Order: sequence, then structure tokens, then C-alpha cells
Amino acid sequence: MSRARFVGAEAGSGTFSGAGFAVKIVLIALVDALGVLGVLAAWRAGSWGILAAMVALLVAANWVYFTKRALPLKYILPGLAFLLVYQVYVVGYTGYVAFTNYGDGHNSTKEQAVDALLAQNERRVERSPALPLTVVEGGGGELGFAVVEDGAVEVGSAEEPLAAAPGATVDAGVVTDVPGWTVLDRATVLERQDEVTSLRVPVSDDAADGSVRTQDARTGYVFQSVLTYDEAAGTMTDTSTGVVYTPNDEGQFESADGETLPVGWRVTVGVENFATAFGDERYAGPFVKILLWTFAFAVLSVVTTFALGMFLAMVFNEPRLRGRRVYRTLMILPYAMPGFLAALLWSGMLNKSFGVINQVLLGGAAIPWLTDPWLAKLSVLGVNLWLGFPYMFLICTGALQSLPGDVYEAARIDGAGRWRTWRSITMPLLLVATAPLLISSFAFNFNNFTLIKMLTGGGPRFDDASVPLGHTDILISMVYNVSGLDGSAPRDYGLASALSIVIFVVVGVISAIAFRQTRKLEELS
Amino acid sequence: MRRSILLASALATTLALTACGSGEPSGDAAADEDASAKPSASGSLTVWVDETREAAVQTAAEAYETESGVDVEIVQKNFEDIRADFLAQVPTGEGPDITVGAHDWLGEFTKNGVVAPIELGDRAGDFIPVSVEAFTQDGQVYGLPYAIENIALIRNTELAPEAPETYDDMIAAGKKAGTKFPFLIQSDGDKGDPYTYYPFQTSFGAPVFEQNEDGSYRPELAVGGEGGEAFATWLGEQGEEGNLSTDISYDIAVEAFAKGQSPFVVGGPWMLEQFQDLDLAVDPVPAPGDQPAQPFVGVQGFYVSAQSENALLANDFLVNSMSTPEAQTALFEAGGRPPALVEAADAASDDPLVAGFREVGASAVPMPSIPEMGSVWSFWGVTEASIISGKAKDPVKAWDKMVSDIEGALG
Repeated sequence: MSRARFVGAEAGSGTFSGAGFAVKIVLIALVDALGVLGVLAAWRAGSWGILAAMVALLVAANWVYFTKRALPLKYILPGLAFLLVYQVYVVGYTGYVAFTNYGDGHNSTKEQAVDALLAQNERRVERSPALPLTVVEGGGGELGFAVVEDGAVEVGSAEEPLAAAPGATVDAGVVTDVPGWTVLDRATVLERQDEVTSLRVPVSDDAADGSVRTQDARTGYVFQSVLTYDEAAGTMTDTSTGVVYTPNDEGQFESADGETLPVGWRVTVGVENFATAFGDERYAGPFVKILLWTFAFAVLSVVTTFALGMFLAMVFNEPRLRGRRVYRTLMILPYAMPGFLAALLWSGMLNKSFGVINQVLLGGAAIPWLTDPWLAKLSVLGVNLWLGFPYMFLICTGALQSLPGDVYEAARIDGAGRWRTWRSITMPLLLVATAPLLISSFAFNFNNFTLIKMLTGGGPRFDDASVPLGHTDILISMVYNVSGLDGSAPRDYGLASALSIVIFVVVGVISAIAFRQTRKLEELS
Repeated sequence: MRRSILLASALATTLALTACGSGEPSGDAAADEDASAKPSASGSLTVWVDETREAAVQTAAEAYETESGVDVEIVQKNFEDIRADFLAQVPTGEGPDITVGAHDWLGEFTKNGVVAPIELGDRAGDFIPVSVEAFTQDGQVYGLPYAIENIALIRNTELAPEAPETYDDMIAAGKKAGTKFPFLIQSDGDKGDPYTYYPFQTSFGAPVFEQNEDGSYRPELAVGGEGGEAFATWLGEQGEEGNLSTDISYDIAVEAFAKGQSPFVVGGPWMLEQFQDLDLAVDPVPAPGDQPAQPFVGVQGFYVSAQSENALLANDFLVNSMSTPEAQTALFEAGGRPPALVEAADAASDDPLVAGFREVGASAVPMPSIPEMGSVWSFWGVTEASIISGKAKDPVKAWDKMVSDIEGALG
């Protein structure tokens, strides 16, 4: 800090100006400190992608704020950085996943799949005894196991099969000293635990007899491997049957007669996910219904919330109304509540037999608010109206208050009535201000997953479809369901990403067209 | 100009580095000191637990920390999030070394290669057999069981002094008691609750999947056929009579039973906490069909990550520290689910309610852990609910459609 001020003061006489520059230096130093911390963390974790991105961002930040040629960038760089990290990167990664088969059975890398297959297929030899085990170190630093079998001590390493070790000391059933080997203490064992857990000491010269391994460095068991991996050829061999499994294009080991091993890995599969998304006949019927409902839901949500919000805004904008502030505050309450919580509460209140609406308000009527297809749709729209109108109310109030009074005066002089004034002046001017927000509201409702998931869960189900989808499912909740993220099908992140990209394109195109249209509105003002 | 940029950047970076650096030496020294004081602190374990069991695992972890000098970090997570997070995070190396979990996740975990086998050795015999079987796949054990849970019939002895023999007896007793509901069973609205309804289904001889000799399941659907159709017809009848209702959620069922509005409720030991001022008994679920009503038994346990860098510690901690009667009893006291270790279970069975659940559990069937089960749940519950609520006019037709839909989903 003091150094910064000193240098700042000194430089102030030249290119830089005093206090402001000092503040800038300190701020940049803070940013750099965080950045360097991030770079170091990325270095330690071996995340090279993150490291490169951090370095690039840091260099960019330093350049932008110390050069005089990038004035606009000085304002937009923070926003740009966040846009890159939280939007562009996420969309890009989703796009990448859409072309892979990441999902159930293809969860990881080939290396990890091989590890898992080998571990799953290494079996303890049936009825083999538990051997009290000690980890020992040979003269060359290699690890070995000393075990007690039937009272006799045997010792061996990866290279040397177990052999009797005369002269070894056994205390309380555990080997404490072996001539020619050093017994390792617990700390050293823990330090080298990777080596210990991967060490296999053959029982005899014949590999088929199995080998001793340990999982806790206290007890050893004789294991036999059913699968072996040939690293050079990249193939798996089943030692009991001799069948060789070779990796296929789907990211699995496959034998000559088409049998696959359970654990696979992630590979790029091209446009296969997009083909699946539109190729499954079971989804053809429900998809059309859901698509239509999604549009209806998004459009109606915007229209109803805007209509109510605007109406209330105009009412409460009337200067003759008393206590406007109190009403306005009350209006905003639904907006202040978290959406998922409100949806959950509503789903309880709309319960057919026990909900407040039926029991208290309607005197015990058994109206199936959430279980009848049309009523469920109505309920969804109704709850969304309750949740969404305060936002529209807020923006309309703001826009109304900024409308110029002289236009109204002119209208009155021209003899326009209330209706005419509203239609020709208020409405167009209001739309100029709110149209972009209406479009973003449409995009938001198009993907309003929380409301659907919490209120109806997509139900009631389609009676005629063979897939677990329902009358109030929208595209995004369908994606959640189809790709098994809710656990009702094998998880398929590749398919989910492909469908999300499709939705992204649909919403993007609609928004782009809509924004183009609003430009015409702007010409009004 | 250019030089001034370089100079200023260098200055800012130096400042930043100084700031970073100033803290580090002392930290390193502390770490060195630590290491020399406690020579075995060369590993650390991360364990994922849910809220209920956090304290119990913490106690065992502290004991292990003092014994071995290893740091055990307990991370509390929502039980519902653990399955998906474990699957997603283990491959990245960010996952835990150990996590709590249910046995029915096993199929998915092994298929995705995220769990490592555990060799229980001779200790396997210390556990109730069904608990180890539940964590066994192809002869390999993948988890250390700590609790067994199953549902049974909880009876308010004041309202119904006798345990009912059959389902009809129970309804008769319930009606005689003159309470608001003859008996209570929960349903998640129109999503149904096939888990809680399962004992009724098995009494009609319609298990969900075919079972092998050793109790494991093969992915051949068995819900259909005569037994399944008989069960569907029964559901329709009972729904019409009003004995079953899809509007009774878990909360409603628990509240109504606690208020004495019904003498019976089908539920698990996790409900008991809310019934503390009632006199209770735990009986087998009475069968409406001609076969025994077998609920699902679920086993809770600990999994070791396949990518754990501390596999040795993880196994040591589980096999030698979490399988002790003390640890298992502590977990029982925290979660209320009967322990999987025979010695701890025997001690817990002093409580007649725990003993009641354990007895029902002895004749229960393990919940399938094959990955195919995921495709069954969503069709199963909704169909049951639509039959009970009368939305599906023809129960048998609805049931048959469900069977073909599940077969379609299984591919």
C-alpha cells in the first residue's frame, strides 16, 4: 500500500495523476492478487484450461486498465468477463456435451473405466483366509508384504512370490520384524498408500494362484483377477473364458460376438443425440402437445401478467386514490417471495381434498385443480399470474410515471376521450418502454422449470402416451424427464444437452425476431 | 507509454505477489510443525453424510482421528443430492473418499465405475445377512451397511388392541374404532407411492422383478400377469370404497395418526418421532391377497469412491471403525433405523418397536438395486394413483398398459 502511494506520487508528475492512480493501482493489485491466487490453485489442481483462461483474463485486465487506447473496454470489461465465464462458456460446454454420449454407463474417461472394470473383477479367492499383514520395505526401496499364514511368516513383493521368511518375529499375530526387510510404520504406509493398495504379491510362481493384496494395510486376502488389461493393445481379456474385448466407437469394450462390459467411457458421437431426440416414436405425439402448450403457456403468462400489472399500475397511478403507497407495497409482496416456495405452497393449497382453496374458500368442493388436464393448465397460469404480475406492475408504474404530461394535454385539447387516449397514447408509449422486458419475460417463462416442477410436476399424465410426461409439462421439464435427470430413466447428459441446445435456438430465434419488431415501435416516439 | 503499462502491471503484480507471499511462510511453518508433531497426519479423508447422521459419523471420525492422527472432514449434504453429485464428481477427482448412500444406488454406481469394492473379510458374518447381500453384486461387496429400514403396520393400541390378521380384519377393526380413517397409507398425490404400497402388491404374487436364488434381481419384469391384474382390481375397489386415497400425503397421514384419527398407519421407523405420546405396537402389514405381504427392505451404508486417493484410510476407517457396535449404535440413535450389525441390532431390539420393525424386515425383500429400476418408478406410482382415484376406469387395462410402457422404456 505504502509502496503504491510512493510510486503513484512519483509518477503523478509525469504520465499519471496522483490519488486516482493510487486507488487504481490498489484495485488492480487486488484483482491481480485474486487472479494469481486462482492461477496458483489451478496449477496445483492441474486444471490447465482454467489456468490458461485466468492468465488470459488477468493479462487482458492489466492491459485494458493501464493503456489509454481502450477507453470503452474499461467500462465493459467486467461485464464481458462475466458474460464469457457464465454464458458463453456454459453454452459452449453444453454444445460440446451434446455431441458426446456423457451419461449413464459413460460417466468418465477410458482410464477410469479400465480401473473400475479391473477393480470390480478382482475377486477374493473363495474361502481363502484373512491374513494378518505387515507392509515391509526391501533394500531397493520396493514394497512388500509380510503375512502370517497358519503361524508361519511369509514375505514377498511384486517381483518375488511369497516365500517363507525364517527368523521373523511375530508379536500378537502380526509380523514385527523380518530379516532383510524394514517394517514400515503407519505414517510411512499412509504416505505411500497408493503404492500399498496397488501392490499385488503373487502367492506362487503360477499367476493363476492369485496374489495377496490389502485394502487397509492390516489384513491381506488372496485375490484373482478375472479381467486383465493389455495396455499396448488396449484390450481387455477375460482370463476365465479367454474372450478378448476391444474398445468400440460407443466407448465400451466389446467382444467379437457383440457382448459389452458394463462400464464405458465418454466419447464423441456426432449428431446421434439430435437424431435420438427426434427419432423416438414414443415421444412423437407428446412432443407436439408439449410444444404447443409451452408456447401457449409462455405467451399467455406474459399477456395475463402484463394485462393485470398494467391495469393495476394505471389504477394506482391515479392521484385521487388515497393510500397508494400502502397498496403498491402490498402489490409487490408476491414478487418478494421465492418462486419455488410459492409454487410449493400453492400446490398444497390446491390439493383436491385437503387444500385451503377447496376446503375453506369453496366450502368443501372437490375440484381437481391439479389433477384435471384443463384445470391443471388453468392453475399453472393462475399461479404464474399471481407470481408474475408484481413485476409487470413495477415496470408499468415506472413507465407510466415517465410519460410526458403535455401529450395528454394535447390529446385532451383535440377532444380525445379516455379510451382513445389510452389506445393511441398510453399503450404505444408504454410498449416502447416495456417491449424488451416482455420479450425477456417470454424467454423466462418458456423455460420456467421451477414453477412446473414444484406445482404440478408436469402432471396429470397423458393417458394415451407411453412415456412419463403430462399435460402441464413444458419443453424444459420434458428434457429433464427424457434425459433421466429426475431418475425415471437412465441419465443421459448428452441427450439433455442436445435438447437444451434446440430450446436455446428456438428461444433465441423468437427473441431475435421480436426485438426486430420492437424497433418499429421505437420509431413512434 | 508502453513502458508505463509494463511498469504499472509489474508493480501491481508485485504487490499482489507480496500480499500472497507474506502469508505463506508462516503457514508453511505451521504445517511443518504439525507434521512433525503428528507424524501420521499424511492423509485426510472426506466423508459425505446427510444431516441426520452427521453427529454420529462425527463421533466415530473423532475417535479415528485421535487413534490414527488422520484428518477426517465431514461434509453435510442433502441425502437426495448425494446420488447425482457422487456420480458427477467422482470422475473429476473432486468427490469424497466415502459417502453414505442407499443400497439401491449400487447398480448405477457400478455401471458408472464410481465405487470401489470393499473386502469385509470375516467381519461380513457380523452383519445381518440381508444387509451385506444388498450391497453385493456379482459376488463383490461394495458398501459397509449400517442400517436396515423397512415399513410395517404401526398400530395405536388404544384404538385397536389386537393385531389384525388380514387386511379385511384391519378395515373392520378400523371401522369399529369409529375414527375418521379406518387405516392410513400415504400417497404422493397423483404420483402415487409404490414403495409404501408394495406389501399389498406382493401379497397378490406380483413382485417387481424376477429374483435369482441368491436374492438378487434380474431385469425381467414380473409386475404383470394374473397377480398384477388382481392387485390392480383390488386397488380400484379399495379406492372406490374410500379406504385408499391418493390425497393422503405423508404429512397428512402422520398428522392424522398422531391426532388419533386412525388406529393404523403403514409406515417406517422414521415416523415414530411424531407419535411419542401414543401407545404403539408394530405388526406385519396385513395381506389382502393370499401370499405374505412383503415390504421392501432398504439398506443404508457407506460407499468408497473408486477415485479415492486415500483408499487405504477409507477402507481402514470403514472396516475397522464404522463396523464397531459403538459406531453402529450411535448411527441407530441418530437415525432411528435398526442397525445392520447383529450385535448392535440385538441391543437396539430391547425397544419392542424396533424389534417389531426388525421382525417384519426379516421376511422382507431387498429393494432392487439394478439400474433398470429407475425406469419402473415413474410409471408404477402414477398408474396405481390413477387406479385408486378412479381416473383409470378399467384397472386391469391401466395395469397392462403400465407393463407395456415400462417394457418400452427398458427397451
